[in-house]
Amino acid sequence: MSSTKYILGLFDDPDEMMHGIDELQKNSIPIYDVYTPMPIHGIERKLGIKESRLGYAAFMFGCLGGTTIFSMAYYMLVHDWPMNIGGKPAFAIPDFVPITFEWTVLFTAFGMTATFFYATHLFPGRTPRVMDLRATDDRFVIAIDAKGNIPHEDITNLLKKAGAVEVKHNDRKYVSYE
Amino acid sequence: MKTSHSFDERFEFRGKAKTWSLVMIAIGLIGIAWGFLSGSGERTFSNLLLMGYYITCVSICGVFFCAVQYVAQAGWSASILRIPQAFAGVLPKAAVILLVIICAGLYFTHPGLNVDGKQTILPYLYKEWSLKGVTTPGDPNYNDIIAGKSGFLNIPFFLIRLVTYLACYSGLGWLLVKYSNNEDELGGMLNYNKSFKVSVIFLVIFGFTIPLFAFDTIMSLEAHWFSTMFGWYNFAALWVSGMATITLTLIYLKENGRIRWVTEDHLHNMGQLIFGFSIFWTYLWFAQFLLTWYANIPEEAAYFYKRWEPEFKPWFWLNIIINFATPLLVLMSRDSKRMITVLKTACVILICGHWLDYWQMIMPGTIGPQSSFFGLGGSKSSFLFGIGPLEIAIFIGFAGLFMFMMLTALSKFKSLAPKKHPLLEESLHHHI
Repeated sequence: MSSTKYILGLFDDPDEMMHGIDELQKNSIPIYDVYTPMPIHGIERKLGIKESRLGYAAFMFGCLGGTTIFSMAYYMLVHDWPMNIGGKPAFAIPDFVPITFEWTVLFTAFGMTATFFYATHLFPGRTPRVMDLRATDDRFVIAIDAKGNIPHEDITNLLKKAGAVEVKHNDRKYVSYE
Repeated sequence: MKTSHSFDERFEFRGKAKTWSLVMIAIGLIGIAWGFLSGSGERTFSNLLLMGYYITCVSICGVFFCAVQYVAQAGWSASILRIPQAFAGVLPKAAVILLVIICAGLYFTHPGLNVDGKQTILPYLYKEWSLKGVTTPGDPNYNDIIAGKSGFLNIPFFLIRLVTYLACYSGLGWLLVKYSNNEDELGGMLNYNKSFKVSVIFLVIFGFTIPLFAFDTIMSLEAHWFSTMFGWYNFAALWVSGMATITLTLIYLKENGRIRWVTEDHLHNMGQLIFGFSIFWTYLWFAQFLLTWYANIPEEAAYFYKRWEPEFKPWFWLNIIINFATPLLVLMSRDSKRMITVLKTACVILICGHWLDYWQMIMPGTIGPQSSFFGLGGSKSSFLFGIGPLEIAIFIGFAGLFMFMMLTALSKFKSLAPKKHPLLEESLHHHI
């Protein structure tokens, strides 16, 4: 019984990597994930990745920010301590618009950053989960879950034939912890 | 991925599109004739100015769109550039139409009341500053404030300015179209680089003069009032309505089996721009409103006071609802920008919305409250107050005229894509 957990195919060219994905899919070998140093157009569609729900999170954070500041401004300027500013009514909605807008944007930006960190297990000070360090530099990596996908040699040969410059059989999922 | 599009097909302007545009022009002409014959000369002139300004702005938007793409070295738009180029081709004609309307409006006069409520002879357009004697002390029409502004706001200088702006925009637009056509013949980078230079020059001129163009053509209708936001506010309206028109044209061509290389990704981009700049328009609208409302200086507040009269207030609010809420609610999601029917509907709504926007800028300060169905009675308090068959007919007429001129300009191109544009491949593989 092999101790290989993940098979990584390292490519140095995105087009060859895309070709590798095609080959694997043609042979019904499920792909665990693909890591690339830069965004590649059309790869989500090819891998069948579900659309990101980050937009919904952004919308929720925006609503939260807008509601928070509008309530705060209302409490302070209308309920708790109404002031006569230039003869305008205390509850002067046009005055509330800029700050509501600003806080909506602020909450959306911070909220999206936090959501992104949470979803990708990133956080300042935390060791990032990386399967191959060169995937953040100059290698395009296809990862295949080794369990159940046998024989491993076939997968290796397939990746090599598709143009992989290197095929790794890793015993650990993430190398970055070492 | 190899592309197998034939770029050599030409657009032929005939059939239904031609018939319909001619019918629309006929409706417009009937509307204009009816307007003048029924004694609503000033109202007709105001509507002509509105639509003349509108189609000129939309045509300018074509040049601006091309220039932005060249300066940003954008690749995604390379395959759709023929459509804004056709708009640029319309610009000289639209400019002449606008200038004819303005000259006629300044030349022809009718009896009416001046700002002090005295009976006098008024020109049909720009009556606040162009009527006789407004700068002569002692004249019954003399107005101190206008006399103080007459160094800038006098008829010869006004016309010189308008001609200069429009000639610059038209000329540079014409150059962009010429270079693109040359590029089709010759290929290479020469024409692209030339277009880049011309675009930079255009954007500098445009940036400084488009607010002045709006000040002159629209804001000077109410010459006692001024707003420094007005120019950019008009620019935002120009950009949104222009892009909505470009998108509609793209959709029209695509639905007729042309420009097959334009995918939902290109339309998505257009949708994003329309969405973004509608928010920008709202931002400027609100900035102008908030400052005026907050400061509450009588000379500034007079502008909004007129628009808050019961006859205009529903339209005033409808304007902001249409032009802000429609893109916000309809175009925010990714899917709706990629669905042709939704995008088309949003574009039509926005084109009508910005007509209402211009109508709001022009009418309250010139003709004031009017009933919809002049000469036919009509209740003054009804919601449909002020916008009647005359407005609709002239809108339809100019829309048909623009369609006719634009599709004619489009049919003159030898291909529907700049086939040797250096970034064309990128555009054909555009993905978002």
